[in-house]
Order: sequence, then structure tokens, then C-alpha cells
Amino acid sequence: MDRLGEFLAMGGYGGYVWAAYLIAAAVLAALLIASLHSVRGQEARLAALRQSRRSIAEDDA
Amino acid sequence: MTRKRRRLYAVLAGLVMLGIAAALVLTALRDSVVFFYSPSDLAGKPLAAGQRIRIGGLVAAGSVAKSPDGVATRFTVTDMKADIPVSYSGILPDLFREGQGVVVEGRLEPGGAFQASEVLAKHDENYMPPEVADALKRAGRWKHADEQPAK
Amino acid sequence: MHRFANPSRFLRAANAVLPWCAGLTVLLLAAGLYFALLGSPPDYQQGETVRIMYIHVPSAWMALFVYGCMAAASASALIWRHPLADLIAKSAAPIGAGFTLICLLTGSLWGKPMWGAWWVWDARLTSVLVLFFLYLGYIALVNAFDDPVRGYRAAGILALVGVVNLPIIKFSVDWWNTLHQPASVMRLDGPAIHPAMLWPLLLMAGGFMLFFVTVLILRVRGEIAAAKVRNLQLSLARG
Repeated sequence: MDRLGEFLAMGGYGGYVWAAYLIAAAVLAALLIASLHSVRGQEARLAALRQSRRSIAEDDA
Repeated sequence: MTRKRRRLYAVLAGLVMLGIAAALVLTALRDSVVFFYSPSDLAGKPLAAGQRIRIGGLVAAGSVAKSPDGVATRFTVTDMKADIPVSYSGILPDLFREGQGVVVEGRLEPGGAFQASEVLAKHDENYMPPEVADALKRAGRWKHADEQPAK
Repeated sequence: MHRFANPSRFLRAANAVLPWCAGLTVLLLAAGLYFALLGSPPDYQQGETVRIMYIHVPSAWMALFVYGCMAAASASALIWRHPLADLIAKSAAPIGAGFTLICLLTGSLWGKPMWGAWWVWDARLTSVLVLFFLYLGYIALVNAFDDPVRGYRAAGILALVGVVNLPIIKFSVDWWNTLHQPASVMRLDGPAIHPAMLWPLLLMAGGFMLFFVTVLILRVRGEIAAAKVRNLQLSLARG
């Protein structure tokens, strides 16, 4: 426990060090999640559009 | 000349112009771009009374002392060519110690002493474990003569 | 050079590389984090705060590198009209802005305990803040037009103009007196950093680089899909 406490304290600078790592993790995670979300959205829209165009083509035929 | 060629030259010419413009502006604004002056810069600089400036240098070895009233810290900032005595009341940064780089902001007083309102520590670009720093000093290969490692 | 300018070829290559990039990103970041937080010594001067360096410095490198990529892509879009180049530049911008933000915030968290100030207006810090605003300006401009081509043109020119800032950031610490110290790793006489601290730094830098490639591939894929959606909608509207 003591070793964990010492590790978290970072020689008295724990607040600064951990805040820096948390901020970096948060920004990178936000980038990744936003990117995944937008790719999935765009690719789903594209698939839906292609589907509807195919059905229009079939109706015409 | 094809259109691609023309666009390439236009972009290159634009970048060159921009580079020249930026270089000119930065040279002209040199005095406001520098963050601090060294003590010897200051010797040749006419300063208006009470003008706020920043001075950077090393805290001279053996110069740090509490003033008699116990509030202000006095120390000398040096660049090995010129010295400026500084007085400061406030919390010093953790890295502040003799031999350490500092930047002090404040006013030059008529007597030639500097009254600082802010003290910033400046560290160098060397990173190493404490044991290595100690070993280097023991071997006499320490480049920074009067710098002390942190506890 | 034109080989990968073809979107379907790019997609095939990108999809093949993507899982490798993602896997390596996780590996490198895990190893980097272990060494940064546990497997490396404190600094002789800065103690444990030196651990902030392992994210601050790689994110600063990436901020510059991504901007370089974005400007190069913008240039090849403006000059050679590569169809993919605009998409790459647009996709890179938010990632670069993210790295710049990390660099600024972690720098601030490092500056307070070591320098004694959250922020100073020295040449290095100010020029990096300008870089952050260049990214934001690019993102705003590229999305500001109904016609995407006009957005790409305008934002691409802004990206090229901002290139002057890159050497200013890099050399600011050598050209002017700054509170920020000069370069420790990328210097002519070799790194001024102990190997025990250089390794975690390079691992983190590798992790950040692969993170950039991974997210860039994802975003470009999204942009390609968005462009196809736009074209399909146009052709559907025309009937």
C-alpha cells in the first residue's frame, strides 16, 4: 500500500503528473471515439443510399 | 508551362515571400520577442525609470540570503560577465537554488538593485537520473560548475 | 506518387494496414506508459515531474509533424489536384489540434511546479499557441463553405501560410531568449538526455505516431464515404 501511495504521490507532484496523463488520455480518447463515430455514421449512410438506389433500379426494371 | 507547373511555382513563390516577410517582421520585433535580457545586455541599455523588465541569468553561488526583516530574499543574478542584485518577497519556485537559471521580472531601482515581483526558474535541456548526475560530478565531468542536484 | 491517389486503391491499402497500426499503437503506448511511469528514473533536477515530458514532448513533435503533413497534403491538392490530398489534410487537422492541445496543457502542468508559472509569453509558448489557432482556423475554414471544393481551397491556402510558423516554433529557443529550454533530443551533437529516459520518450513518440496513422486512416475513410454520399445524393436528386 505504501508503495502504491508513494507511486501516486509522485514525490509531491502527483497532482500535476496525473492531471497531465489524464488530459492526454481524455483528448486522445475523444479523438478516437469521435472519429469512429463519424466513420460508422458515414459508411452506414452510404450503404443505406446504395441500398435505396438499388431498390429504385429494381422497381424501374 | 502547364497549369500544374504554374500552380507549383505560384505556391513556391508565395512561400518564399511569406518566409521573407516573417523574417523581416521578427527581426524588427526582436526586442519584444526576447523574453528576458541578460545582466550584461542591461548594462548598455538605457532604461526608463520604473520600467518593467525581465532579467535572466544564473543565481550566483553563495549569494542567496534572507534580508534582515525575514520577508525578502536577496540574491545575485549573473551571466558571468555582469551581476545584478535582486530582492524578492514571495514564494520561490521549487527549482530555485544557487547555480540555477532564473528569470526575474520587476523594476530596476535607482540604486542599481532590482526589485522583483516574479521569479521563474529556468532549467536546462539535460535530463538524467540523480545517480548519473552525482557520478558525473564525482568524476569531475560536470559541465555546470556551480549547479547542485535536487534532493 | 499517383498510385494511392485513387480512393478505392487507398481504401484497400488502408484497410489492410489499419489493424496492424491499431495493434502496434496499443503495444507501444502500453510499453511507453510502463517505462514512463514505472520503469524510468526521476530527473536529477526536476524529480518526478520529468514524467510529464513523456507525453509533452511526443505531443509537441506530433503537433509539428501533423501540421507538416497537413500542409504537404494541401500543397499537393492545390498544385496537382490529387483527389485524396484534400481529404487527408482535412482529416489530419483535428488530430493535430488534439496533439497541440495536449502539448499546451501538459506544458502548463509542467511549467507551474518547475518554472513557477502556468504560462509565460515567451517565443516558444506563443508560437505553439499560434499553431493551435492555425489548426482551429483550418477546421473552421474547411467547413465554412457549402461547396466543399471552395472550403478545401481556402483552408489549404491557410495551411500553407501557416508553414512559416513551423521553423519559428522549432528554432524559437535558439533564436531568442526564452524561458523554455533548447532542444534535448533533436540536436546536432546528439541527445542531452540519459538513455534510461530517452527510451520511454521514443516509445511514447512511436505510439503517438501510430495513433495518428490509425485515426487518420479512419477519418479519411469517413471522408471518402461522405464524398460518395454527396455524389449519390446529387445523382439521385437529378434523377
